[in-house]
Amino acid sequence: MGGLLPPALQAWLDRQGWTLRSHQIGMIEAAVAGKDALLIAPTGGGKTLGGFLPSLMALTSRGAAPVPRLHTLYISPLKALTADVARNLIRPIEEAELPVTVETRTGDTPQNRRARQKRRPPDILLTTPESLALMLSWTDAAERFAHLDAVIVDELHALAETKRGQMLALCLARLRGLAPQARFSGLSATVADPPSLLRFLSPDPERAVVVHGEPGAEPEVTMLVPDAYVPWSGHLGLFAVDAIYRLIRTARTSLLFTNTRSSAEVLFAALWRANEDGLPIALHHGSLSVEQRKRVEAAMTSGRLRAVVCTSSLDLGIDWGDVDLVLQIGAPKGVARLVQRIGRANHRMDEPSRAVLVPANRFEFLECVAAQEAVREGDLDTGVTLLPGLDVLAQHVLGVACSGPFLPDQLYAEVTRAEPYRQLTRKDFDDVVQFCTDGGYALGGYERYRRLVPLPDGSLKLADPRIARQWRMNVGVIVEAPVLRVKLGRRTLGEVEEFFIRTLTPGDTFIFAGQVLEFLGIREHDVQTRVVKDAGKAEIPLYGGSKFPVSTYLAARVRRMLGEPESWHRFPDPVREWLHHQVRRSALPPDDGLLVETFSYRKRWFLVAYAFAGRNAHQTLGMLLTRRMQRGGLEPHGFVASDYAISIWSGHEATDLAALFDVDMLGDDLEAWMAESSMLRRTFRNVAVVAGLIERRHPGQEKTGRQVTFNADLIYDVLRKYEPGHVLLRATRNEAAAGLTDIRRLADMLVAVQGRIMHKRLPRVSPLAVPVMLQIGRERVGEADIDMLLDRHAEELIDEAMAPEEEVELQGDADVA
Amino acid sequence: MSRGRCVRPAELVLAGELLLLDPAGVLFWPKRRMLVVADLHLEKGAAFARRGVLLPPHDTLATIERLELALDRLAPATVVSLGDGFHDREGPRRLPTGLAERLRRMTCVREWLWVRGNHDPEPPADLGGTGVAEVALGELVLRHEPEEVSNSIEIVGHLHPRAKLRLGRRTARLGCFVTDGRRLVLPAFGAFTGGLNVLDEAFGRILARDFRTYVLGQTTCRRVARDLLLHEPSLSRQPMETMGA
Repeated sequence: MGGLLPPALQAWLDRQGWTLRSHQIGMIEAAVAGKDALLIAPTGGGKTLGGFLPSLMALTSRGAAPVPRLHTLYISPLKALTADVARNLIRPIEEAELPVTVETRTGDTPQNRRARQKRRPPDILLTTPESLALMLSWTDAAERFAHLDAVIVDELHALAETKRGQMLALCLARLRGLAPQARFSGLSATVADPPSLLRFLSPDPERAVVVHGEPGAEPEVTMLVPDAYVPWSGHLGLFAVDAIYRLIRTARTSLLFTNTRSSAEVLFAALWRANEDGLPIALHHGSLSVEQRKRVEAAMTSGRLRAVVCTSSLDLGIDWGDVDLVLQIGAPKGVARLVQRIGRANHRMDEPSRAVLVPANRFEFLECVAAQEAVREGDLDTGVTLLPGLDVLAQHVLGVACSGPFLPDQLYAEVTRAEPYRQLTRKDFDDVVQFCTDGGYALGGYERYRRLVPLPDGSLKLADPRIARQWRMNVGVIVEAPVLRVKLGRRTLGEVEEFFIRTLTPGDTFIFAGQVLEFLGIREHDVQTRVVKDAGKAEIPLYGGSKFPVSTYLAARVRRMLGEPESWHRFPDPVREWLHHQVRRSALPPDDGLLVETFSYRKRWFLVAYAFAGRNAHQTLGMLLTRRMQRGGLEPHGFVASDYAISIWSGHEATDLAALFDVDMLGDDLEAWMAESSMLRRTFRNVAVVAGLIERRHPGQEKTGRQVTFNADLIYDVLRKYEPGHVLLRATRNEAAAGLTDIRRLADMLVAVQGRIMHKRLPRVSPLAVPVMLQIGRERVGEADIDMLLDRHAEELIDEAMAPEEEVELQGDADVA
Repeated sequence: MSRGRCVRPAELVLAGELLLLDPAGVLFWPKRRMLVVADLHLEKGAAFARRGVLLPPHDTLATIERLELALDRLAPATVVSLGDGFHDREGPRRLPTGLAERLRRMTCVREWLWVRGNHDPEPPADLGGTGVAEVALGELVLRHEPEEVSNSIEIVGHLHPRAKLRLGRRTARLGCFVTDGRRLVLPAFGAFTGGLNVLDEAFGRILARDFRTYVLGQTTCRRVARDLLLHEPSLSRQPMETMGA
């Protein structure tokens, strides 16, 4: 492809000894043909350069622009990634002396630079979805973006199936309207369904192509099973710490991925206890302060670290050439996620990535085997599909209004060109617009307080510029749980969730940022701490929010593996014996049905169902089954759910399982439970913030009194009672159905097993049931109504209530029952 | 409260008088057949809507319905609204016609006293009832805000007490009565009234250290031991009152 590139750039490439890869050429060809392009390639394949090459070529042949205007907009899910890409882009531009300017713009960009960017935009601007939404709300957004030539979305696979992706999709649809000539490119890791990702990028498949990168060397995925032993239960993998440490010693730099921040803290502490050579091992997760994280990232980039224990905080982004080993501690949960993590090792295409899976329990072992095989076969799980987020849409509609008056008909047409909103009904759209206008309440009276007012031509205009200021403070779709800053002296270590700190009393110790801290007290929003030497029995901070459930695909693979005893020979002895015992004592979960075991243990009856539907769906199932058992007089006392099974204990044995698992539980019972569930309340709070009904909390502003907060529960209760069809309640339900309650997956499972329930009445607990039984007592058990809870705690509650001073003589008519 | 379940109030003797702390969040004085309700904050949603925060407008209806239920059940001869009956001065004028009518039906069939609050220094016009600064009955005084020095035993509102409880592995936030035998603070009744944690220093200033807390369950009101109470950050204190002033 000689002569394709501008001479200066070609000369620079030659000096590096690089030649263009086929997918980079593919991206250039797509651009020349004026097509949108989705580049799918593994990490380390020069993907980012592939995205930018067409822009660099165009800008170089253009020469210096007479009037500075934005040519290329690059959007990445991570602020850190924009900075990293800027560095990688500026190097060839400077060394090849290309007449191209590059800048970043994120939440961290100082005000004066933002102002300058507004006056004199760079050729290439690197930004995040949130900053893009903000820029689109400017009153002169139309002029600013009118001349845009290219839009590049990085890590598209990580955004597409999230609420942030919905926000981004709406912004992209807006950009397309403002700049019809612009080409859209997406950069993505390998995904199971490229066409659907392409639709996200481009509404017109005729105008778009998928460009595939060369597959990298096959990763070497092995499993670490020290002493051929796999524990029954647990998720931390601590039994393997010494073996993990030995592996770290053999590698240049290792990344250790854990599934939660809590387990990252615990593993990190354990590794330091094992760290007899004093290797530089660091910790990185989303609750640590930005400074702390940046320090770790910088040390990593300069090759000063031997290992980093991290969470999904490092799933994406920064290119660290020196990582040569990735460890996944605990279940991989999904194949695509695992592949992404494996790709963090060795960003060189020709060398295989080295990855080691460390299962923490027996089910996780099976999951690891399944994932390992899937990676080998190049088979990926498909993601979840979200329903169109009406709260995200409400934020977008108001943002559009901030930029100027809009015609609802036109906006509806534009919005439905965004892939996640393709199926959006006009009614839902109109309800959202009505919500933005006056709250959308059936009970009138708010006409006076409109946020949007109609103009003679039928367009809607922002009623007051103050609304735009407020909107800009609240932009974004991520709503954090209330957190408190953790302070060590004057240093901020990071943040912990408020609910965790409330369980501590001064003098308690907890592990955070890799240290054992003593809780001294709370001042304002700060948790005051000091370092203590003795780890003792330090608490581990818990973080709310949902844990990822195992993917449907991976769960199905595990289930299939259980049905193939001839393949078990590769398992270590304890796992194989465990399964063979299960065959003898009970049965294996059938591939096309539901195994349910009942047995008594310590004077309680247990029901264990192997539904393989993932933790969230099992939680919902547990709620619904216990309601039903309560009605049937079986006296259920509680349940626990894992990714694979659910265990319910009760006063009496459940016998009519067909009735118990009847699919009609998804009717009234589901409605009744969902309405009361605290999960829906939490979801509603987020929805209300995203939709702009209530403001998000801005830490530090409460004191000034400028912050208006409102208890979302109160609104939720009132809406549920008086306006159950309100658009925000619909949004809440949609979100919960797809996420925390995983109702769709539960429904699929229930439908599939109707008439195929295999009931085993056992004299005692079965081998397969042990892992989920061991969870009992360590996890919180279902919800009950408040009076029941108060009763249950009667002994504590009554306390002094029975003391003599409370024995009053009735002086009047106290009969009020 | 309804649903045919038995309602169990807590009993409290204050200044020698038996008072019932009702789980609906009202105080009932059987001897006088008097019901005291604090901080209705009617028309609060609309007060916010005026400032561009479009909260649902149903809070007034919700509050009035709950009050009607309590009145039907307890059949008081006298009702005392213990201040902040309306969220702002314009509240009574904004009140939708139908709701104004329902409120008048409540106030005209019995003695109805609007104790002045900081949000409603004037009693509502045309809604019935009598505006008063406070109500003195023997040793007891009913007023909106506690006074710094009081020679009487006070029954007050204003502070919106709420308790956060540790119930095993769960926590719950419930409205509550708090008292030290010299003062009794009523929970806020209005649908959109937030709460202030009883462990906040504001309560420490007006109550003796060993004050007692009675939480509102669905059908029961009962005393809880102090060691079940949890702190909340000042962040969530009196959420709405940042809008006041």
